[in-house]
Amino acid sequence: MQINKIKKDMHEILYDVFDGATIMVGGFGEAGSPIELLHGLIDKGTRDLTIIANNSGNGRVGLGALIGQKQVKKVICSFARSAKGVTFPELYNKGEIELEVVPQGTLAERIRAAGSGIPGFYTATGVGTPLAEGKEEKIFNGKKYILEEALKADFAFIKAETADRYGNLTYNKTARNFNPIMCMAADKSLVQVKNILEPSEINPEHVITPGIFVQRLINIENPIIETNAIEEGMIYP
Amino acid sequence: MTKINTNDLIRGWDRNKIASKIANDLPHSSYVNLGIGMPELVSQYIKEDREIIYHSENGLLGMGPSPNENEIDLDLINAGKKPVTILPGGSFCHHADSFSMIRGGHIDYCVLGAMEISVTGDLANWSTGKGIPAVGGAMDLVAGAKNVFVMTQHLTKEGRPKLVQKCTLPLTGAGVVSRIYSDYAVLDITDDGFKVIQLNEDITIEYLQSVTDGNIYQ
Repeated sequence: MQINKIKKDMHEILYDVFDGATIMVGGFGEAGSPIELLHGLIDKGTRDLTIIANNSGNGRVGLGALIGQKQVKKVICSFARSAKGVTFPELYNKGEIELEVVPQGTLAERIRAAGSGIPGFYTATGVGTPLAEGKEEKIFNGKKYILEEALKADFAFIKAETADRYGNLTYNKTARNFNPIMCMAADKSLVQVKNILEPSEINPEHVITPGIFVQRLINIENPIIETNAIEEGMIYP
Repeated sequence: MTKINTNDLIRGWDRNKIASKIANDLPHSSYVNLGIGMPELVSQYIKEDREIIYHSENGLLGMGPSPNENEIDLDLINAGKKPVTILPGGSFCHHADSFSMIRGGHIDYCVLGAMEISVTGDLANWSTGKGIPAVGGAMDLVAGAKNVFVMTQHLTKEGRPKLVQKCTLPLTGAGVVSRIYSDYAVLDITDDGFKVIQLNEDITIEYLQSVTDGNIYQ
C-alpha cells in the first residue's frame, strides 16, 4: 500500500479539529492564506478557537469571516490593523475577542522554535518596550535580551502551490511566508494546494516543505482571491 | 518645550529632498529595508553609481518597483501588502529566514518613520497608545538592522517636537536609532545629544534648538 495524504473532501481534512483548538493560519494578508480551509471550519462550526497568524483577516472572507462568526476567542498576531479589516475591530472594540501582540520576527521565531524542539530563546527584539513586560531578561556580552517561548499549535492551516501524495510542498512567491514554519510547529498540518503532481514530477531540489511536516492535503484548484471577493462584496457563509 | 504656533513654522526640505539625502548615504551593495510610506521614496533617488538590494520582510530579497496594472500578482507583495516585482538575482524565503536577515544583523540599513525619537536614540513609532495595538516588524528591524535611519518631519502636525529628551509614547526600541533625517536637519545620535550633520539652508542652529526638546550641537 502506498502512502497517500490526499483527501477527497473537507470532512476528511477537518474531521478532528475540535472546539478550543489552537490553529496556526498561514499567509501574510491574503498571500498564502488558506481561505477554503477556513470556510470549511465555518461550515463545521468549530468554536472557541485560538488563532495564530500574522494578521486578523480582511472583509468577511476567510479569517475575517471565521472571526465574524464568533468562532475565535483569541488571536495571536503581529498586526491586527488593516484597511480592509472589519470583523476583528468590531469584536475587539466590544471586548469580545482577546489579542496577543507579538513582533513579527519573534512570532516567526517562536513558531520555528516550536517546530524544532526548542522551548524558548533570547532575543533583542522588544527589549525596553511594553511587549517585554513580564519577560525574563538576560545579559549576553553586555547586551540585554528577553526570553521568548516557543509557540505550537494543534493544527496548521496551510496554502501551498504544488504538492505530491507524500505532502512535499512548494509555494508561490511571497505566498510562502509563514506557511513552511507553521507546518513544522503544529501537531497536524492541513494543506490546501492548487496543483497535485506525481512524486516524480517535483524536483527534490525544489521542495520547500518536506512531506514529514504535512499530514493531510486537499486539492483546491481555483481558490478564492480575497481582494476580488471583497470587491465583489462576498460575505461568507 | 511648549506648543508652537504652526503658522510661524519654517518650511523645511520636502519629502523628496529628504529621501534623496538618505539615498546618497546608502553605500553601494548595501542590503536595505525601507519602511512602509515615506521611506519607500528613497529607492527613487539611488544614483547610477551604485546598486542597492531591497529586502521586504515578508520573504523577498531583491524587491523591484511596482508592477504595471496588467502584471499584478497578488502572491507577490511587499510588507505593506502592495503588489511589487522581483528583480533578476532576487529570491524568496519563508518568514523565519526573512527575519533572520533582520534579527541576525544581515540588513545593513533600515529606514523608518517616527512619532518620537529621544536624545538617547529611543524610538516610538508603532503605537499612539490608542486603538488596536499592531507592531508588525518594526521592533525586529530596529533591534536587528546594523544602521537604523529615521525619516521624519521635525515637528508633529500640531507643531510639537518629535525629537525629545524622553519619549512619552510606547517604545519600539531603546537606544536603537543611528541617524535622523528631518525636514530641518540631518542629525546623529551621540552621547552628547543630537549632533547636527547637515542643517537646512533656511534654518539657524538657534531655531533648530528652539524646535528640538533635547541638546543639539554642531
